[in-house]
Amino acid sequence: MTYSLNFAAVWRSFDLLLQGLALSLGLAVVAILAGCVIGLITAFGLVSKSGFFRKPAGLYVTIIRNTPILVLVLFSYFALPELGVRLGKIESFVLTLAIYSGAYLAEVFRGGLIAIPPGQREAGLAIGLTEMQIRTSIIIPLMLRNVLPSLGSTMISLFKDTSLAAAIAVPELTFEARKINVETFRVIETWIVASCLYVATCSLLAALMRAVERRLAVPR
Amino acid sequence: MTNLLEIRDLHKRYGTVEVLKGVDCSMRQGDVISIIGSSGSGKTTMLRCINMLEEFQGGTISIDGQEIGYETVGGVRRRKPEREIARQRALTGMAFQQFNLFPHMTAAGNVMLGLVKVKKMSRDEARGLAEKWLDRVGLLSRKDHYPGQLSGGQQQRVAIARAIAMNPKLMLFDEVTSALDPELVNEVLQVIKGLAEDGMSMLIVTHEMRFAYEVSSRVIFMNQGRIGEEGNPREMFLKPKTERLAEFLKTSTFN
Ligand SMILES: Nc1ncnc2c1ncn2[C@@H]1O[C@H](COP(=O)(O)OP(=O)(O)OP(=O)(O)O)[C@@H](O)[C@H]1O
Ligand SMILES: [Mg+2]
Repeated sequence: MTYSLNFAAVWRSFDLLLQGLALSLGLAVVAILAGCVIGLITAFGLVSKSGFFRKPAGLYVTIIRNTPILVLVLFSYFALPELGVRLGKIESFVLTLAIYSGAYLAEVFRGGLIAIPPGQREAGLAIGLTEMQIRTSIIIPLMLRNVLPSLGSTMISLFKDTSLAAAIAVPELTFEARKINVETFRVIETWIVASCLYVATCSLLAALMRAVERRLAVPR
Repeated sequence: MTNLLEIRDLHKRYGTVEVLKGVDCSMRQGDVISIIGSSGSGKTTMLRCINMLEEFQGGTISIDGQEIGYETVGGVRRRKPEREIARQRALTGMAFQQFNLFPHMTAAGNVMLGLVKVKKMSRDEARGLAEKWLDRVGLLSRKDHYPGQLSGGQQQRVAIARAIAMNPKLMLFDEVTSALDPELVNEVLQVIKGLAEDGMSMLIVTHEMRFAYEVSSRVIFMNQGRIGEEGNPREMFLKPKTERLAEFLKTSTFN
């Protein structure tokens, strides 16, 4: 039996795929933004001299990074309600992805923090800046420049992880594609188109990150 | 009149190793003191204690009569609140061996940061002052350059401008020419000489003996965590009293 390609049925549902993509992006943006905040705080915990901050930060990163994200997604959607935390599908997924990305971003940020020579902080102290001012004016800007290349690829993989929301029927791109697949039986066409949408979006994200990198590059 | 700087019986340990074993030093407004001594004798550590980049376990350091870093309440010695320490750090300025300019800011940006964040100046006011000091160190034309675009000597001059612009009562220099190529050393030393002529109070850790001889009102020889000998440069360099100092001067180049 030969399979002849026919994209017509997929094109008819193309706007559904686009809506799915828009939701995927939305999930990713909110979760990653929250993840950046969690990751930043955690990263400072990880490099702290005091075990009071370092240990909980380390525990969080270890637990989250060693659990498959699908398990986390299913846990927060199915198990949390049993514990009295009832969230909608989307909220539950965004929360999970935020916590998950927080752990990965914490490691990325930590790498950027330890690469900063201690003399930077000392120079800040010497002119009378407080630790907080040093963080906001010196350490974080330098850390971000250090991590931009790996930050881009981490963000792209986190964006792709939104496809796991299909497991709890969040109508993002993968979920919509599966629906179209089931309804039209155009298996190959549907998944080709869905893949292309992922590839195009990720390429755009990568280009955007490179532009940011160039923009922030320190002239030398 | 109270001394500008008064160090009494300063003790500093790293773990169990005592690196400052009771240092006493006083300094008046306008004094220029060079600190010489062999590697590991505690010169850097002494400077870093003065601006609380290091904790110290015993003794007191006062600037203009205020005790730096610690207070004793009910017989218990404890670290002052961090805000207070930050404020006290601004009483001194420091230039480092490795310059430590902020690489993501221009020369002017480096000088302005403390003025805006610590002195709470407006950006315009800070920029004006930054330009004045960059001009003073001969780098006004480089104000929009980033550290990575400047030579080592130029970076060190920007770093000095950044410290001086904060209007410190006392400047601390820690081997500010040691990381420089020989042909760049002089431009930095000239800047420091200029500050000395203006009456800036300075503590200068240096291996440049000729410079120490010319610029200082007093020289301190550190030896194994203590002050080995001190006096005016003429006596120190030409008629050392201690064997240790004579020995040290023999091994250092005076050029
Ligand atoms: N962070 C540290 N931890 C442990 N020991 C230290 C530390 N910093 C300095 N020391 C030790 O303290 C002693 C004094 O060091 P310091 O840097 O003050 O010497 P120095 O006189 O400035 O020497 P140099 O001329 O090489 O700069 C040395 O024995 C050094 O090994
Ligand atoms: Mg030293």
